[in-house]
Amino acid sequence: MAEKILTRNFHLPGSHTLAVYRETGGYAGLETAFATKPADITEEVKKANLRGLGGAGFPTGVKWGFLPKGRPGPIYLVINADEGEPGTFKDRYLLERDPHALIEGMIISGYAIGAHLAFVYVRGEYVQPWRIFSGAVEEAYAAGLLGRNIRGSGFDLDVIVHRGAGAYICGEETGLISSLEGRKGWPKLKPPFPAIRGAFGAPTIVNNVETICHVPHIVRRGAEWFASVGTKTQGGTRLYSLSGHVERPGVYELPVSVTLRELVYEHAGGVPHGRRLKAVVPGGSSAALLTADEIDVTMDVDGLKNAGTMAGSAGVIVMDETVSIPEALMVVARFYAHESCGQCTPCREATGWIYKMARRIVEGKGRKEDLDTILDVARRGAGTTICAFFDGAVGPYISYIEKFRHEFEALIRK
Amino acid sequence: MTPRVEFTPEQLAEVRRLQGLYPDKRAALLPVLQLAQEAFGHISLEAEEYVAGLFDLSPAHVHEVVTFYTLFFREPKGRHVISVCHNLTCHLLGAQQVLAHLTERLGVEVGGTTPDGRVTLLGVECLCACEMAPMLQVDDRYEGHLTREKVDGILEGLR
Ligand SMILES: Cc1cc2nc3c(=O)[nH]c(=O)nc-3n(C[C@H](O)[C@H](O)[C@H](O)COP(=O)(O)O)c2cc1C
Ligand code: SF4
Ligand code: FES
Repeated sequence: MAEKILTRNFHLPGSHTLAVYRETGGYAGLETAFATKPADITEEVKKANLRGLGGAGFPTGVKWGFLPKGRPGPIYLVINADEGEPGTFKDRYLLERDPHALIEGMIISGYAIGAHLAFVYVRGEYVQPWRIFSGAVEEAYAAGLLGRNIRGSGFDLDVIVHRGAGAYICGEETGLISSLEGRKGWPKLKPPFPAIRGAFGAPTIVNNVETICHVPHIVRRGAEWFASVGTKTQGGTRLYSLSGHVERPGVYELPVSVTLRELVYEHAGGVPHGRRLKAVVPGGSSAALLTADEIDVTMDVDGLKNAGTMAGSAGVIVMDETVSIPEALMVVARFYAHESCGQCTPCREATGWIYKMARRIVEGKGRKEDLDTILDVARRGAGTTICAFFDGAVGPYISYIEKFRHEFEALIRK
Repeated sequence: MTPRVEFTPEQLAEVRRLQGLYPDKRAALLPVLQLAQEAFGHISLEAEEYVAGLFDLSPAHVHEVVTFYTLFFREPKGRHVISVCHNLTCHLLGAQQVLAHLTERLGVEVGGTTPDGRVTLLGVECLCACEMAPMLQVDDRYEGHLTREKVDGILEGLR
């Protein structure tokens, strides 16, 4: 049994309270952190091979290193708790079951990067997680763990919990910043990256909830330990969200070297009703589909990249032999059509058009040329847009059709 | 009767507090719109103008923001809102049947509100609780592992 790090307290009654968090060694990382130079913490995080767990998989310590040095003025830390990638639900568990782990991670990360104000952007639909997390923030303030001079360290950190209002695109870091600033959540062209010019025009580090929850453990147990848990290019465990046609859907914390086959069959109990596996989405709906023959891959960022898909948000959606892939594509295409922010012409037009074609194929009104049109429109738009949303849509468009073309053709011929 | 679009002194104090919290006052726009929706039930054009006034923003900016986000209602909604997730995992596990059952039981189409103003029914994208698919959100609450019986039970609890 692999060691649980982030989920080790999930089963404890009252795991969201300060008392239980402390009893289980919580906030012990602060002492080590405050006795370390901020730049050395960033160095540790780099050496640990911690990679962003929100979707892009960017090395966290490297990102922190992009902050301008010795520049006057504020630096902000923004926690991305806008969880919205279809198939993903792990940040909800972290917010509800171990909110103090995120707070401790924010204190140490804020100290490392020199931020004295942090925002936690929680998706608007997450009412219960927001309440529990806000309660934990209040508790932390009352205990002197947030605010001025935390634990006599001379370090100050304030935390503002901010609620979204329903828009998937606000999970994209520059869209999130626009939204946080009181605008519609339109992403911005990068560069400049948020580390140079982010929230309110100041250098800003945006990190996912889970990424930041790992930081106290890295500080306490060392970069070498963390790096040794995963693969050569990615350290640690991560939280895999398993859903769809598996016996035991849920959140599984495993080293990133776990294979997709192990996840589906050993951990989640395999496909129910004795049915056969057809396909798996390995990293949230924006990741290209893998067929049943392609699941002997490790679930780290590079393992899935080499398999032609992506680790994304680690949302694993399992489909058994009864699933119609064209219908699945229609559902996914509806999502992208609905959530495109509309700013770039290729994304706005293509997502709407592709949804229309996918729908008519499912309804038996598809045209022979539709499949190639979808592939062509997807390929031509890829890489031309302001943010990675459209590239995320291209993953499913192309893989569903290329890997299950016969299913689409059967519907069109009928 | 439509309630007057104006915050109480307590609510106004909360607006000021929120505006003072952020490095830039405008960042309080979403929280204040959330407050406005709670207070007024939905965000009418009048409410947009009122909120714009509290921020020295143009009503056009506030309108742009309100229309961008799905959780802001520009028309009166039911006393309860049921949002059924119709994204991939929920679809695989029966979201369509859940929606069909609800449209039948409530006698409204998706997007509609019952004539007695009790329930607004919506179909929404992934609520990120796919482990309990098929699932829905009823007001502040997530309900999952839905069956007909479970959906009926949820409806019974709504006044
Ligand atoms: C369309 C889109 C949606 C995204 N949604 C999320 C999200 O819900 N949560 C998240 O943490 N990151 C999301 N991201 C990734 C963020 O842009 C960003 O990379 C991440 O928050 C950085 O944190 P990390 O390095 O710790 O992963 C999304 C990206 C795109 C392009
Ligand atoms: S790619 Fe799509 S979602 Fe991203 S900025 Fe352009 S239109 Fe908006
Ligand atoms: S697909 Fe319904 S909650 Fe994710």
